[in-house]
Amino acid sequence: MYNFDYVKPASVADAVAALQGEDAQAIAGGQTLIATMKQRLAQPRTLVDLTGITEMQGISVDGGVVSVGAGARHAEVAGSAEVRGAIPALADLAGKIGDPQVRNRGTIGGSIANNDPSACYPAAVLGLGATVVTNAREIAAADFFQGLYTTSLNEGEVVTAVKFPVAAAASWQKFEQPASRFSLVGVFVAKVEGEVRVAVTGASEEGVFRAAALEQALASDFSAAAVEGASVSSAGMIADLHGTPDYRANLVKVMTKRAVEAMS
Amino acid sequence: MPRDEAVASGGIGKAVKRREDVRFLTGKGTYTDDMNRPDQTYCVFLRSNVAHGQITRVDTAAASAMPGVVRIFTGEDIAAAGLGGVPCGWEITSSNGEKMKEPAHPILAQGKVRHVGDPIAAVVAESREAAKDAAEAIGLEIEEMGAVVNMTTAIQGHGAPVHDEAEDNLCYDWDLGDKDATDAAFANATHVTTLEFVNNRMIPNAMEPRAAIGEYDAARDQHTLYTTSQNPHVIRLLMGAFVLNIPEHKLRVMAPDVGGGFGSKIFHYAEEAFVTWASKEIGRPIKWTAERSESFVTDAHGRDHVTKAELAMDSEGKFLALRADTLANMGAYLSTFAPCVPTWLHGTLLAGQYAHPAVHCRVRAVFTNTVPVDAYRGAGRPEATYLLERLINKAAQEIGLDQVEIRRRNFIRPDQFPYDTPVALQYDTGNYLATLARALEMADYAGFNARKAESAARGKLRGIGLSCYIEACGIAPSSLVGALGARAGLYEAASVRVNPTGSVSVFTGSHSHGQGHETTFAQVVADRLGIPYESIEIVHGDTDRVPFGMGTYGSRSLAVGGTAIVNAVDKVIAKGKKIAAHLMEASEADVVFEDGQYKVAGTDKAKAFGEVSLAAYVPHQYPIEDIEPGLEETAFYDPKNFTFPAGSYLCEVEVDPDTGKIEVLGFWAADDFGNVVNPMIVEGQVHGGLVQGLGQAFIENCVYDENGQLPSGSYMDYAMPRAGDFPSFEVDTCVTACTHNPLGVKGCGEAGAIGAPPALVNAVVDALSAYGVDHIDMPLSPQKVWATIQAAKPAMAAE
Repeated sequence: MYNFDYVKPASVADAVAALQGEDAQAIAGGQTLIATMKQRLAQPRTLVDLTGITEMQGISVDGGVVSVGAGARHAEVAGSAEVRGAIPALADLAGKIGDPQVRNRGTIGGSIANNDPSACYPAAVLGLGATVVTNAREIAAADFFQGLYTTSLNEGEVVTAVKFPVAAAASWQKFEQPASRFSLVGVFVAKVEGEVRVAVTGASEEGVFRAAALEQALASDFSAAAVEGASVSSAGMIADLHGTPDYRANLVKVMTKRAVEAMS
Repeated sequence: MPRDEAVASGGIGKAVKRREDVRFLTGKGTYTDDMNRPDQTYCVFLRSNVAHGQITRVDTAAASAMPGVVRIFTGEDIAAAGLGGVPCGWEITSSNGEKMKEPAHPILAQGKVRHVGDPIAAVVAESREAAKDAAEAIGLEIEEMGAVVNMTTAIQGHGAPVHDEAEDNLCYDWDLGDKDATDAAFANATHVTTLEFVNNRMIPNAMEPRAAIGEYDAARDQHTLYTTSQNPHVIRLLMGAFVLNIPEHKLRVMAPDVGGGFGSKIFHYAEEAFVTWASKEIGRPIKWTAERSESFVTDAHGRDHVTKAELAMDSEGKFLALRADTLANMGAYLSTFAPCVPTWLHGTLLAGQYAHPAVHCRVRAVFTNTVPVDAYRGAGRPEATYLLERLINKAAQEIGLDQVEIRRRNFIRPDQFPYDTPVALQYDTGNYLATLARALEMADYAGFNARKAESAARGKLRGIGLSCYIEACGIAPSSLVGALGARAGLYEAASVRVNPTGSVSVFTGSHSHGQGHETTFAQVVADRLGIPYESIEIVHGDTDRVPFGMGTYGSRSLAVGGTAIVNAVDKVIAKGKKIAAHLMEASEADVVFEDGQYKVAGTDKAKAFGEVSLAAYVPHQYPIEDIEPGLEETAFYDPKNFTFPAGSYLCEVEVDPDTGKIEVLGFWAADDFGNVVNPMIVEGQVHGGLVQGLGQAFIENCVYDENGQLPSGSYMDYAMPRAGDFPSFEVDTCVTACTHNPLGVKGCGEAGAIGAPPALVNAVVDALSAYGVDHIDMPLSPQKVWATIQAAKPAMAAE
């Protein structure tokens, strides 16, 4: 690890100010960033620690919206009675991220800002059609994720919360990559705001995406048979040690089917 | 059983809780990296990031001037100092009489790099970070050459060889067994089963990465090395005599608490030689600790065989002969025991538990631009077991016999021991029908079909797989291994020091790095001396304290090291009898030792063990003319034969055909380890071994690409098994005592890793047999199992 300066602001405004510095980098749970820095693959001059900011903490349910502070740890979301009551699939997803150490450090804001193509949270954010709240604006999930490790966040912009609409039904189905236990393929299916949404993580070279063919099939016939009849192309899917594009395309269908069955 | 009954102390047979766990579980262990020496510096190695190439420039000028840098060493410094290379401890002779090719293995690369991770320069600095900064600043240019990775093409000699002295990359071409008799049996066979497979490459991944501290005391001209070793005396000998030219009395090697080895910490490595040598050069101690990613590219890997195996049978499924032809990866250099693993630890085990009339095995060892490959938990014996037990299941499938029945027809029967195999071993005891029967009973083998139907009703494919392994442990008779190419003896040594008030300190050449010797050995001594377990201390891991011994590997510690302790204890008892006879004014012939007391037979005269030891150290009323004072004895024990643990394992799985994911539903192990000293520790060893073996079979895989890069170079892509991946194993032991050591013990450390892989693969192939699948190479990753099913489906539909 290279040397760096460290600041821990107490407000979003102070954090945003600190992030104006040259090569300043926000850190929350650090579950990706610390490992990257230890390998000397990242060299921030200043780390701006967001975990001391009270206004980024907390979980609340109000008027059909679950609002999760960006600083909420995965374990908090998994263990939240409010989340479990409103969107059980979201609590389920958070409870299956990584291992207990990761869940007690990692945050939802950090996860979506990093936008790892195999991360779990982006599937829930996109699958539920959530809104990402930043210090500057509100961003619809569809606009937020811009491909591999890329988001629409501007330089120095900080995610402060994520607002999830309460779904009529939802299910998270994760097939673990055997080594990292990230999603080899993870599928979040939701009936929300009058539509069926199928968000897929782990599969595409472009990161999280909505599986249009599956959504169309399920919109007219919400059944496992409808999933079976739809076709999922392997074009653009990730090829690595753990799965060919064909294998991943198969898993997208299988996991979607299981989500539909779990919701029926 | 033992889990619930663990006891605080006791003798042989008691499930005594491990005394070492008090420090391990409370964070009080002392590992090499926990140690810090006054004025210590830190070392970081600059390593090759290409697999094969000529070094054209190493410029250390700018890096040497960086803050905190003490000195930077390159291959030129090593050559100028005239240091030896890392030696190999075993020489194999090819079938044509030629000695194996044994290229130099320099401490720092000399002109050429041969694998990703090959060390090029060593930076010594005031801190680890300063050393890393400077290592990055070294100007390095390597002219890349084509990497030799695939063994099959490597031996055809395409491209630049790994070593100029082996143009076809062949280290040796060795064979064992009667080729003519084997060929003749094949010619007369009713049925021949052929299996071609890969035994996948493993990265050992001990929990504690390797580390070393070198220190030189100029005032005493004394070198000290603290290192993560399974055998400190072997390191002292190899490094002192062959690399650094330091005589033993000037070199102390200490292996303190060591966090797992699995074979990878047997070997002598360049880093420990470097810090020992360079600490004298700079006049300060030097510490090196591997980072995990460094462990991936420097710890000797395991397995990596490409094999064709054939089994000849008669019309009744009786085995007539076995033939095996294996390519074994040596990696870029010969690690300490590497040549012996695919030969004498593999070919000799190919008879298994069966009465094969003829066996022939050919092994070609191949240099590649990969990390050196050497012994990894089981070492050769897992490869042999996998070959045989997969081949037998395929044979059973082909001729329509049940996997149990084909083995029963071919087992060596209990009345055939001692049994001479066609591949150079004599099994002393065993009862393979007994371990098989126990495993079948535990697993409710008879009820499998009902369970399979229940799975099928849920759309799942259920399978059950059997594996009957044998291993040769307790290595080994020195004269025998010497004849087979070992450059060392393989005895073990122990000193038993009875202290004046009757407590006992035992100094053993065995080394504990997870095995629980401090507990088990104390149980053995307590049992033999009839004194409290608490009054016995086991000392190991320091060449200045323990007698010259060969260390711990090959499941040898209790059978060989334990016997050395027993023999030293018996010498103590014998001397004590002379002293007791004098004290009790009796004839020595009338003195017996039992329950911790010397007694005069037929009288009520008795002296406690402690009274006699006190007399030995306070020899006021003492036969000083006849016996020396003191009570301390040393024994060196060289075994007469290997020991032969054996057992039957059953594994039951369910395969999800939609995803290819395997769930292990049950695993049952019936082992014959001879007599058991601590059943709880044995059970723990079996559980650990099983997980390691199952890990190889279903998720672990070391993958090199065609450029010799290691895509599986971190835990993001190298899959380690976890507790949650398995059900609770059911294990039990059946005992036939070893006939040639006084404890009747055989060894238990590697059995699980040896027997588990074919049991799992056999179970999965059984589950997929409806698709006509007769083999899948390890690891049985979900993707591979799914792809196998996809490939089989059209074939099924066509039928």
